[in-house]
Formats: sequence, structure tokens, C-alpha cells
Amino acid sequence: MLNFLARRIVQLIPTLFFVSILIFSLQQLLPGDPALVMAGEERDPEVIAQIRQQYRLDQPVPVQYVYWVKGVLSGDFGESLRNKVSVRELIAQKLPVTLQLASMAIVIAFLIGIPAGIVSAVKKGTAWDYGANFFALWGISTPNFWLGIMLIFVFSIQLGWLPASGYVPPTENFRASIAATIMPAFVLGNAIAAILMRHTRSAMLQVLESDYVRTARAKGLLERSVILKHAMRNALTPVITLGALELGTLLSGAVLTEQIFSIPGFGKLIVDAVFNRDYAVVQGVVLTTATIYITLNLIADIAYVLVNPRLRA
Amino acid sequence: MADTTLNALPVVASDELESPARRALRRLFKRKGAVVGLVVIATFALLALFAPLISPYEPIATSWSLVRKPPSALHWFGTDELGRDILARVIYGARASLLAGAISVGIALSIGVPLGLLSGYRGGFIDALISRITDAMLACPFLILAIALAAFLGPSLGNAMIAIGISATPIFVRLTRGQVMSVKVEDYVEAARAMGNPRWRIALFHILPNIMPALLVQATLSIAAAIIAEAALSFLGLGQQPPAPSWGSMLNAAQRFLTNAPWMAIWPGLAIFLVVLSFNLVGDGLRDALDPRER
Repeated sequence: MLNFLARRIVQLIPTLFFVSILIFSLQQLLPGDPALVMAGEERDPEVIAQIRQQYRLDQPVPVQYVYWVKGVLSGDFGESLRNKVSVRELIAQKLPVTLQLASMAIVIAFLIGIPAGIVSAVKKGTAWDYGANFFALWGISTPNFWLGIMLIFVFSIQLGWLPASGYVPPTENFRASIAATIMPAFVLGNAIAAILMRHTRSAMLQVLESDYVRTARAKGLLERSVILKHAMRNALTPVITLGALELGTLLSGAVLTEQIFSIPGFGKLIVDAVFNRDYAVVQGVVLTTATIYITLNLIADIAYVLVNPRLRA
Repeated sequence: MADTTLNALPVVASDELESPARRALRRLFKRKGAVVGLVVIATFALLALFAPLISPYEPIATSWSLVRKPPSALHWFGTDELGRDILARVIYGARASLLAGAISVGIALSIGVPLGLLSGYRGGFIDALISRITDAMLACPFLILAIALAAFLGPSLGNAMIAIGISATPIFVRLTRGQVMSVKVEDYVEAARAMGNPRWRIALFHILPNIMPALLVQATLSIAAAIIAEAALSFLGLGQQPPAPSWGSMLNAAQRFLTNAPWMAIWPGLAIFLVVLSFNLVGDGLRDALDPRER
């Protein structure tokens, strides 16, 4: 196990190196003089000189990269041109909001996706199965920003049950916080539920045809016991690790959802940064997202080995 | 006597007489979902192609007397905040969406497949290098990478397509590499090598045709993802620029008038949903039709 862990961590080093090159290279895509583009409407030579100095734009590109990586490794992602606050501070402020949203979304996804997948597999070929498959296709094909707008129209404008936008921290007012985040969490969780449903269905179908399930049935066990105690436990192992990986994907979906529901999270941060030409923030957000994704990948791999005795040997 | 002669004839299954492509097509057309998907895609493609002939109005023609009018006999889908006909904008918007889907995936295929072939077939240092770069790109979630690329390249439909295409490339590199790794140990590749064929010839003429089915399925599903991504970038103002119509930017405008003009949000969203659903249905159908286990 320790060998596996060490090998897996060593493999991460080149990946992280290339992630850093990729994100640093984004800056090189800016057309023309990057300092002028970053300054935007501001044509004050002092501001332009400050940008040039901050990003070391007068130095060769490899030197710029070395300084940038040095900063990143010491937790310094630079300073937001717009807010005059360090990017690290901005990310630390916004990330918990998105993590709350993502956690709620993943719970919703599991609550819908796994039961739907189990029912679909157990009742294969019936109306339940077709219904669950249609739900999965619907979930995968519906753009989350459209679903968000439609939910606001129904639940906020027509019925007046939920607030259309805004955010309340759970520490301030738990009830209001849930009311403000339940719609965006559903929007985010919906597509993941569809993916989980498909994986659960195929894993359950495979397990239900295995010898040990046939033996359990031959022993005369109740069908409910065969499905819930014998089949489901083994079928859900890969699905749960997959769910952990989807948490990374949720960060991507949060970009539009937070924009629609005006939630001041990580996704809104990158959109605002894009419009304010705050490129240090864009780079910081992409780097943080990639790091979270890589870490979740590692955790999912370890969890998979831990729960699968055949891989532990 | 006649019966005996007939029985003596070798029985050849109709499946064995067909070419693989024909067989896949026959199986695809047996799947109702895929057929419905193909019909919807063809309809939207025709709408996009013949938009000037079909569209009842100019998509950018504004009218202050027609601001936010609900659906009527004159304007089937209603009008928007500038009095423009929504049906006309949905029809013209199909151009941006379908073009973005096709071109982005074209970019991803034209970069991803050669790199995947090189990586899987050559192995060694090149494979390790390409694989690590692919891992790095896959570590950045698709939409976040596309937004970041579009932000740095500048807002326009062309740049959005490039950003989506680059973001979708690592999936094709990884898929091609995996497929090449499993195919290159097959006997027919070994035979081609034994006959003295150069590496590029083996990769292009012996391996590539055999991994096409997997690439075709992934390309179809990726078009669906690219259409959503284009709509998302246009929704954020990073794709198609106003006044040119795009389903994503139409939804962005609709959000501000949800209380008084909900029809502005319904039609472009429904159009995205239908096209994406159709590509997903065709992708699923192709996956089943091309699966050798389904024979």
C-alpha cells in the first residue's frame, strides 16, 4: 500500500509541472503587449509600468515562469489588479461558498442517481428502466444555466417559494442558507445524478449476473436482501469513488450556476476576473481547481485500493 | 430433388456479406432513439443552412413597437427586449451552435488523434511526455479551461471554438492512445510490420481505420458537449458577440426579463436541449451499433 501511495505521488510531480506550464502559458496568449492588455482602459504609464514590474514582463519568458512558480510554491498567486487584494485571500474567501454548494450538489446527486440506477437495473426492460434512462439522458443534455433560469421562473417568480438569487452563510442563518442554495445545488447535482445513475445501473447489472448473487438467490434469501446486502455493496464501490471525482467537475459547473444565482463563490470569481481582465485571478482559480481535481483523483485512487482487497495485495 | 439442391448450398449469414460500415448503419437505424436524434439534427442543420429562406424576419432587425411581445400568429416565439423576432434568432442561432460543435471537435480531432497515435505507437519518452501533458490538461475542468483560454484569446465565436477545441483535445489523445495500445499487438499489425511497412503507414492505414468506431462515438458525444460549452461561453459574453444571434447570448438577455417575458428564455434553451439530446442519442446509438459484442 505504501509503495502504491509513493508511486502515485511521484507520478503527480510531472503532472503538476505541466499544469503550471499550461496555466502560466495562458498569459502568453494575450494579443499584443500583455501589460497594455492587462491595463485595459487604464492608459496611465505608471499603472502599465507597475504591471510590467509585477509580472516581470520585461524579462525573458523562462525567467518570468521561474518567478511565477516560486511565488505559487510559497502560496503567492499574485495580486488582483481590480481589488488590490492578494489572489490567495480572494480564493480563500470564495472557495468555502462553492464547496458548500458542491457538497449539497453531490448529496443530491447520490440521493437521486444511486436509487434510480438500482431500480433501473433491478427492473431492467420495464417502464421504470425506461423512465430512469430518460431521466439520465435529460440530465446529461440539459444545460445547467437553462435549468437554473427555468427553476428561478417557477420557484421564485411564479410560486415565490425560494429566493431567486443571493447567498447567506450557514453560520449566519442555516435555514436561509439552505433556501438560497437548494436550487443552485439541484442544478449542479442534476447532471451528476444522471452520470451516477448510468454507472450504478451498469455496475448493478454486472453484479446481478455474478455467481455469488445466484448463490444467494439459490439459498432462498429474500430478493430485497440479495439486492441491498449482497449486490449493492459491491456495485457501489466504483460508483462512490467516481462520485468523489465528480466533485472536481462540480467546480466547473459552479461557474455558470453561481453567475445565474448571484452566489459570490469561486465560479463567480473567475467570471468577474475575466471581465475585469484580472488575469492573475484567472490563473489562480484555474490552478486551484486543477490542484483540487488532482488531489481528489489521488484520494479516489487510494479509496478504491483500500476498499478492494484484491488490489491491496 | 429441388429441395435437396437448395439444402446443399452453403448457408451464408446476411451479417457476413455486409461491410462493417453498412452493418453499423443498419444497426443504428434499428434504434429508435438514434433515428429520432438523427432527424432532429438534420432538421436543425437544414434550418441553419437555409436560414435566410426559412426565417420569417431578419434576426437583427429591431422594432421599438414590438418590444417583448408574447408569442402570436405574427411572431410564433414572441419578440425580445429590442423587438427582434425570437424564432428568427433561434433559426440563425443554430448556425453558431452547430458550427461551434463541428469545428471545435474538428480541432480536437485534428490535434488529439495524431498525438494519440504517436504516443500509443511510439511509446517511450514521447509517450511519457504526451501523456503527462494530457494529464495536466485533463486536471483542469473542461469548462474552466475553455473560459480561461477564451478570456486570454479575447471574446469572439472563432476564439470560443478554438478554446473549446483545445480543451476537448486531451480526451481524444487519451482515447486514441488507449485504442492504439490495444490494437498494435494484434496479428494483422504484426503482419504489416513483418511485410516491411514503415511506421507511419502502419499507423495510418492499419491502426487508424480499426480505431475509428471508438473515435466516431466520442466525436458525436463531444459535439454535444461542445454545443453546451459554446452556449455557456456566449452566455458569459465570451462567444458570439451581439447583435449576432446565439442561443447562449439569447439566454443571457432573457434572464433579465424573466418576470415579464419568460418566452425569451424558453425557446433558445429548448433548442440547445433538443440538439444536445439528439447528439447524445446518436452517440449512444452509435456506441451500441459499433459494439462487436452486439452482433
